[in-house]
Amino acid sequence: METMVELQNLTKRFGPILAADRVSFSVGRGEVLGFLGPNGAGKSTTMKMVTCFLAPTAGTARVCGHDILSDSIAVRRTLGYLPEGAPAYPDMTPRSFLGFAAEVRGLRGAEKKKAVERAVELTSLQGVLGQPIDTLSKGFKRRVGLAQAILHDPEVLILDEPTDGLDPNQKHEVRQLINEMAGRKAIILSTHILEEVEAVCTRAVIIAAGRVIFDGTPEALEARSRWHNAVTLRLGRKSAPEAAEALKRLDGVGEVRVEDGPGDAERDVVVFTRNGKSIANEIADMARAKEWRVLEMRTERGRLDEVFRDLTASAKESPR
Amino acid sequence: MTPTLAIFKRELGGYFATPVAYVFIVIFLVLTGVSSFIFGGLFERNQADLLPFFGFHPILYLFLIPAISMRLWAEERKTGTVELLMTLPVTTLQAVLGKFLAAWAFTGIALVLTFPTWITVNYLGSPDNGVIVAGYLGSFLMAGSYLAIGSAISALTRNQVIAFVLAFVVCGIFVLLGYLSSLLNYVGLSAEVADIVGYFGFQNRFNALSKGVVYVRDLVYFASIMVCWLLANALILDLKKSR
Repeated sequence: METMVELQNLTKRFGPILAADRVSFSVGRGEVLGFLGPNGAGKSTTMKMVTCFLAPTAGTARVCGHDILSDSIAVRRTLGYLPEGAPAYPDMTPRSFLGFAAEVRGLRGAEKKKAVERAVELTSLQGVLGQPIDTLSKGFKRRVGLAQAILHDPEVLILDEPTDGLDPNQKHEVRQLINEMAGRKAIILSTHILEEVEAVCTRAVIIAAGRVIFDGTPEALEARSRWHNAVTLRLGRKSAPEAAEALKRLDGVGEVRVEDGPGDAERDVVVFTRNGKSIANEIADMARAKEWRVLEMRTERGRLDEVFRDLTASAKESPR
Repeated sequence: MTPTLAIFKRELGGYFATPVAYVFIVIFLVLTGVSSFIFGGLFERNQADLLPFFGFHPILYLFLIPAISMRLWAEERKTGTVELLMTLPVTTLQAVLGKFLAAWAFTGIALVLTFPTWITVNYLGSPDNGVIVAGYLGSFLMAGSYLAIGSAISALTRNQVIAFVLAFVVCGIFVLLGYLSSLLNYVGLSAEVADIVGYFGFQNRFNALSKGVVYVRDLVYFASIMVCWLLANALILDLKKSR
């Protein structure tokens, strides 16, 4: 895979605070990298360094082979960037704002018109082109920012919290747009919404306290969860304790818990695995053999929020 | 040069997208009118020139130009658009220049709109229009110098009030240097020291131009004030980047 963005020990110090501590990772074409971390972990700082808004204290990054320190104009030409909160000139209309961004990027005449039209279409801005950005809803403002970022069809797209503060429909639209563009570009998007990682990302990088603490696929992240491949059986109240005892003796099973079901007569038996391997088949076989009346059975993929909490909490405790 | 032009167009258009431009122009025209006709006695002097008109410009600009320059960078920082602007493929100097030139062009427009005063003196008498053109040139150059100072100061802060007050004070010092020179002469200190102090002030340079005396050294003076402060402006922005 062709490497498009490469961060090498990117470090930023604000006085006594180390906002980014030797952050290194790379992103290839076709990848959508979810950049995760608690607030204040250094996500935005890292992105601001890659987009040449902040100069790193140490380390560097390369975008499409251009170094952010020695060739910053070329870097900025190749990438599209949506800053946090999608800032835009409030008195301008989306049409004039996008026209301005196109002109700064050296597009003129028919070229400029085509680029603006394409970006407007992709972000469905047709209805508000003549309205001052000031008067637009949050969702539209975000889309104006996105349109600006994809205006020149950049090879590399960096989006800082593209769906923050949007309603579920708007989130869905933005994710759809990202999915549409994903194949041809390298995309980095920061978020603290974990479902987004499952929805759009092919890879996840988690940082906490300025350090990368996880770099892998969303599946690998799920596999770290205690809940990965855990099976929940909904049984009748009477058979539940007996079933729990039997399940405990099953191969590969770790903890077994009995919880209250939605109704009085129902109980949920939660079966955790010992090593993360799937145990759904074995449990189904046992249920059939013992003729339990199973009302419901489901397998968990893993709870990302729990993994996220565990990972980021341990990073906070370790000394810097 | 393309990005500079794009920024120049956006900025200049931005002035007229809000009432700011119109309010400023009206206040500027009223104040120049009041100062030259009432305080300056343009009619009573019985002379066909615009000396009373230009004479008040250094003081007027002291209040009005910082009002324009204060928002140049402070507002961008406040609304976060500076992040957008500086991650577009523009160099810091191109951005500084685009914004400055737009603000300067805007004050130029306000200055041109004082033409009825010029028509008035031409109707009532026969002034030396060459002198008047030199006066306008001097006024325009001085406005540019105030703006360059104000723009650099605006880059220091995200607070427009601070940007205004600081620009007012620094521009005020440049105006006062002229009076200080006269004062030094008056108390009988060495004429050389008084002259040197005077060289750095706006007043003497501008006075010469408004009387129609166009020295290359005065033009170079205003040009170098602008260049120095705009370079400082770019430097401040770059330092903020690696703070």
